[in-house]
This record gives sequence, structure tokens and C-alpha cells, in this order.
Amino acid sequence: MFLTHIYLIPLFPAIGAALMFFFGRKLQKGTVSAVCVGTIVLAFLMACGAVWQYTDWAAANDHKPYEKILYTWLGTDTGHLTYQKSDGDSAPLQADAGFLLDPLSSIWLLFVTGVGMLIHIYSTGYMAHEGGYYRFFGYLNLFMFSMLTLILANNYVLMFVGWEGVGLCSYLLIGFYFHRNSASDAANKAFIVNRIGDAGFILGMFFIAWMAGSLRFIDVTHFARANAATLLGNPYITAATLLLFVGACGKSAQLPLYVWLPDAMEGPTPVSALIHAATMVTAGVYMVARSNALFVLAPKSMTVVAIVGALTAIFAASIGLVQNDIKRVLAYSTVSQLGYMFLALGVGAFSAGVFHVFTHAFFKALLFLGAGSVIHAMSGEQDMRNMGGLSEKIPVTFRTMLVATLAIAGIPILAGFFSKDEILWKAWNSSPYLWAIGFATALMTAFYMFRLIYLTFWSPSRVVSHEIEHHIHESPASMTVPLVVLAFFSLTAGWLGWPASLGGSNHFEKFLEPVFANHTEATETPASPEEGPRSTEYLLMGLSVAAAFAGLFLARNAYKTAGKGYTEPIAAAAPPLYNTLLNKYYVDEGYDYVFTGRRKLGDFRLGVMGLGEASSWVDTNVIDGAVNAAGSITRSSAVVSSWWDKWIIDGVGVNGPAILARMLSYPARLFEWGLVQWYALVMTAGLVGFVFYYVYH
Amino acid sequence: MDALLHITTLHYLVLGAALFLLGVIGVLTRRNVVIVLMSIELILNAVNLNLVAFSRYWQGMPGHLGGPGALHGQVFAIFVITDAAAEAAVGLGILIAFFRNKETVNVDEVNLLKW
Repeated sequence: MFLTHIYLIPLFPAIGAALMFFFGRKLQKGTVSAVCVGTIVLAFLMACGAVWQYTDWAAANDHKPYEKILYTWLGTDTGHLTYQKSDGDSAPLQADAGFLLDPLSSIWLLFVTGVGMLIHIYSTGYMAHEGGYYRFFGYLNLFMFSMLTLILANNYVLMFVGWEGVGLCSYLLIGFYFHRNSASDAANKAFIVNRIGDAGFILGMFFIAWMAGSLRFIDVTHFARANAATLLGNPYITAATLLLFVGACGKSAQLPLYVWLPDAMEGPTPVSALIHAATMVTAGVYMVARSNALFVLAPKSMTVVAIVGALTAIFAASIGLVQNDIKRVLAYSTVSQLGYMFLALGVGAFSAGVFHVFTHAFFKALLFLGAGSVIHAMSGEQDMRNMGGLSEKIPVTFRTMLVATLAIAGIPILAGFFSKDEILWKAWNSSPYLWAIGFATALMTAFYMFRLIYLTFWSPSRVVSHEIEHHIHESPASMTVPLVVLAFFSLTAGWLGWPASLGGSNHFEKFLEPVFANHTEATETPASPEEGPRSTEYLLMGLSVAAAFAGLFLARNAYKTAGKGYTEPIAAAAPPLYNTLLNKYYVDEGYDYVFTGRRKLGDFRLGVMGLGEASSWVDTNVIDGAVNAAGSITRSSAVVSSWWDKWIIDGVGVNGPAILARMLSYPARLFEWGLVQWYALVMTAGLVGFVFYYVYH
Repeated sequence: MDALLHITTLHYLVLGAALFLLGVIGVLTRRNVVIVLMSIELILNAVNLNLVAFSRYWQGMPGHLGGPGALHGQVFAIFVITDAAAEAAVGLGILIAFFRNKETVNVDEVNLLKW
């Protein structure tokens, strides 16, 4: 029953959003909360039921994905709208409003609805005193609808609809406090940078449609796996996967399109938790995982994915080391962890990457919600330099955030340890360099997360004003209960993926096996890296744990006693490095110079917009100038021609003979005077002439 | 008898030329149409004189060159006289037609073809 009505899962939040759109303004806050949170609770319950039923159904049906098609959205059932595939056949252009449930989307479905539900409950407390309450929940519900559409779609086009929808909701929610310029700028930035990725996504879709003849996931996967031998390394598949990855870079904030995510912290904290930690940014990972059959056929793309992921991870971690805004630290942490996920996907460890998404959703959402709780307690203060000593004053927040920090740092037993460790192990099997980058990032992650804990909670109080200090209080139950629930999952979620090397049976990986069953040559292709010996795995595991504790101790030494006006260790050791990191490697300024066209050198605009202006100048002045010059030359030659025509041709040629004739006629007329005696005279003259001629000749 | 000068053919020719010249001048310069006609008669008579003079000359020549029978000039002169008479008649007729049209006998005023 749940399975057949799976379309209700996105529909409930859509109804909530619609109700808010039409009636929200008139409703009471309590009604708004009840409706919007209620829709998500319903969606979560339905999701649980659907996944439960799916596991039974799949066991009976050969672990196929469950597909439910409502109607054909694009194209027609009869297949009239056709296009030509790469091998010359014609294929129908079709996309359905269809839903697909398989292990991959089950996992996403559960944690999106679960974490989403907890965040909605949290928001009733966090946003209780804010204006625009119904607008916030309407947007949140719209976001859930889009995200669920994205997850449950059975084809790339419907997924793209959800993709765009979450981008739109991200824009709406980041710019929720639209009175602030910084917020609306950040919203624009997020949407525009996302759009760049979307261009890649669309082009990738075109390639896929052209090669595979269909955009449905089942068809594409079947096409890829059936022709795996001939398609391995095919340049079009490589192009398609690279373009899809560009889309993922935009949505999941990888290099070079990550710049929107730190600025997205302008939005309310629950937004940061939901969208930019747990759900939207994982859409890129989901899309790549969903297209794993294609990526496996393009080793070059996989290498690119792994390298970009690794570089992003270490790059963002290094920036996070020195940030002072509590939410910024978490934002860069998110970018870094997403890098880990792509690193996993790139080396072929798809289930490890998905596992990390799963665990990361819990502890990152918890971190953000906890940060929100801290900010709420500190009456809006977000700068960690002005915090400190909060561990006794807000104990629940403190303890849950500590659990999350232990998880993200990779302390054993907690969730992050298992997922991160699996990624590092698979990375080592692919390339030691990738492992080294991941390892360094893990060390940095531990350091900056514990720095956050120490500066916020475990150091002497640096709170600036007395009113704020007196006002510090624990958050209401609507906020703390979700924190506790998430802390529980941060603790235990990792146990689902207890690796075989430590005596467990990796349920997570087994659950995902049907999705990633690519039968490629088991050689050095990144698709299935050869497993190294067990002893190496234990060694690396030990190193990771050591890194986590090292980070903890380094942070402790630096920040436990950080009173007012403390110095950052990095600033003391290498000020230029500190400044570079603090200014985020000046990437935003670089983009501003090259792309936005707001910087000018004198009168000349810089960057690609400057090129555009220069081209326009060339077009207006040089090219049009040449055209105008040609026109002028034609006109001048016309003047010359007309002068020639008027004076020479008409004057000399036409009038000349006439004038000549007239001039000649004057003497000639004399012969016809009409006077008789003149005629007689002429005759006489002629006669005399004759006489002389005869006499003298 | 001995004369002051011997009248030769040349004298007759010169006289004829002079009369001719007078006649031409009269044709060319006189305004009155009647005078012009009279001048034309004078020309013709000068020519007659010339012809007769030459006839007499050839009569004085020996036989095979002329002799008493060389009357060609005189015969021609008869013709010229006849022609002059006819011409005078026609001329006077033109004069009268002209006078009827223009009420004047000035040659200057025969200028309808003047541009």
C-alpha cells in the first residue's frame, strides 16, 4: 500500500507548501506549525512504510528497483516524438512522472524525511519569534517536495525538476531575511553558481539521451551494463559523466563552484542544517551514485571526480581552520566532507560514499542545529571569539554538539569513524596520494572541530556584554529534543556499516549491492580497486584514530585556555598563511575580478565581462566603423561620379557639341540673312574668287 | 585720219568691265529695287559690249582663225538682249508682287527670312 502510493511522499509537503502559499498569511503560528510539520511527519511515516514494503518486495523480485509511473509527462505514449540516437536508430523522447524506489533512494528517502522532520520540529522553536513564519515553513515544505521529487524520480528529467526546485528553495531560504543586502546577495550567488552546474547537468543529459536512447535510470543502467565491454572508455560517455559531475560540483559545492555555500550561511540556521548540510548538497552525490553504471565506464571521469573531491576536501578544511564565525566553520566543514564523498565515488567505493552521506547527514545537521541553539542562547552572536565557557550554561546543546564533533572527527565507535575510515581505506587502494590528502584533511577536520568546541564551550568566557551573558539559557524542548535524537543517530548510525575487518557484517554495503553491481574487469580500473591486505587496513585505521586524537590534543593545547584577545596558533606561527586562509585564499575576490565584471582598471572593465565590453567596442567602432567607412567611400565616389556626370559628361560631352554647333552656326547664319543684296554680294565674292583662280592658277 | 589714240579692243573691254563693275556695285548697294533691276540691265549690257568687242576682234583675224564669218559674239549678244528683256519683264512682275505685299520698294525690307 505504501509502495503503490509512493507518490504521496512528495505530495504531502507540496500540499503543505500550497496551503502556505494561499492561506498562510491568515493562519496562526500554531496552525502553520501543525500543518507543515505534520506533512513531513506523514511523509516520514510513509517513507518508513514504503522502504519496509520495498525490502519485502525486492526479496521476492530479484532485488529489482520498484518503479511506479503515474503518467507520461514529456513526449507521448505512442512515441511520436523521436530523435536519432548515436547508433542511428531513432528513439522516442519520453520522460514520465515516475517514481523509483531501490536501496539507494531508500536510504536517501529515510534520512531526508527523518532529518527533515527533526529540523522542522526544531524550526518551530527557533523561528518562534521571527516574522514571516508561514513563509519560512512554506518554503521548507516546498524544499522537501523538490528534494523528494529529486530522490524518487525514475528519470533524469524529473530528477532535474527536483534539482532546480531545491536550487530555487535554496535561493528563497538563503534570502529569507531579504531586507539584508548580504542575504539577498548570497541568495543570488547560490542560485547563479548552481545554474552554472545545471548547464553541465543538462548537457550531460543530452549526451546520455543520445547514447542510450532513453533518460530513465533503469534503461540507462541496463544500456551501460549490457554494453560495458564496448563502451568502456567511450569519449561520449566520458563527456556525459564529466558534464554530470559539473552539475554535481555546482549543487554539492565542489571546487571551483563551492563559493556559494559559505555565503549561504546568511540564511536562518535550520536552513543551513537542512539544505546545506544534510539534503540539498547531497543531491550531487546522489546523482553520481545513481549514474554509477555510466561512471564506471569512464575511468577518466572517475579520476577527475576523485581528484576534485580530494582537493576540495583539503582546501575547504584548510580554510575552516581559521574562520571565526561558527557557521562558517561548519560550512567549510560541509564542503570538505562532501569532498570526501566524491573522493569515495571517484575511487569506485560507491557504497562507502553513500555511507558517509548517511552518517554525515546526522552529525552535520546536529552540528548546525546545535550552532543554532548556541546562537539562540547568545542572542544572535555568531563570532566564536565572543563566546566561551558555555558548557555549563547550555548543557544539552553542549553535550549533543560534543557527540557530533566526536563523530565528525572520526573517533571510534561513533558514526563518522566507520564511514570516513572506509573511504580512506578505499582511497589507499586506489592511490596512496589520495589517501594522504584524505588523511591530512582528517587531521585538520579534527583540529578545527575541536577548536570550535573549545572556543565555544570549554574556554574561559569571552562574552562581550553583560546582558548577553545573563541572557544565556538553554533552548526550549522543541529545539533540544531533535538535538538529542540526532545525537543518538550520530552515535549509532555508523554501526550499520561495521566493517568486516572489525568483525561486523557490513549491512549497509550489502543493502546497496544491487545498485552498484557493475561487472567490470577487476583490474586497476578505479571501479573496483583491489583490496590490500588486512594488516594495512588496520594500520590505516590506527593512523586515522591517531589523527583524530592528535587534532583533539592540538586544539586543546591551543584553545582550552583562550581568554579574551587570544592569539591563533597559525597567526602566531605564519601570519601570511593565516591571512590567506582567513581570506579564503582570495577566491571570491578572484572570481569578482575575472567573472563578475565589477572591477575596473581605470575605465576598462576587467575579466570576461571586460572581454565582452571590448568585443562590443570592437564591433561598434572597428567593424561598424569599417562598414560606415565603406558607406562613406561609396558616398564620396557618388559625389565624384555626379560631378563627373554633371560637368564632364553633360557639360563637355552633351552640351559641348551643342555649343560648338551654336558657335559654328553664327557665321553660318550669315549666309541666310534674308537680305537680297547680301546674297548678291556673296555671289559676287564667289565670282571674283573663281576669276582669280583661273587667272592665277 | 590720225586720232589722238587708236581705239583698240582693249578699250572696249575696259569699258565693258567698268560698266560691269558699276552694275555690280549698284546691285549690291542700292536700296531701291527698281535701281537694282536697272543695275542688272547695266551688267547685262556690259556683257553685251564685251561679246561684241570680241566678235569684232575675231573678225579681224585671218581666215582659218575667224575671218568675216566669226559672228559668234554678236549672235550671242542678240541672245543676251532677248534674255535681258525677258528677265526685266519677270523682274518687274516680282517687283509689283513685292510692292503689293510690303508697300515698299526698299530691298532692305525683303528680310522675312532673316533670323
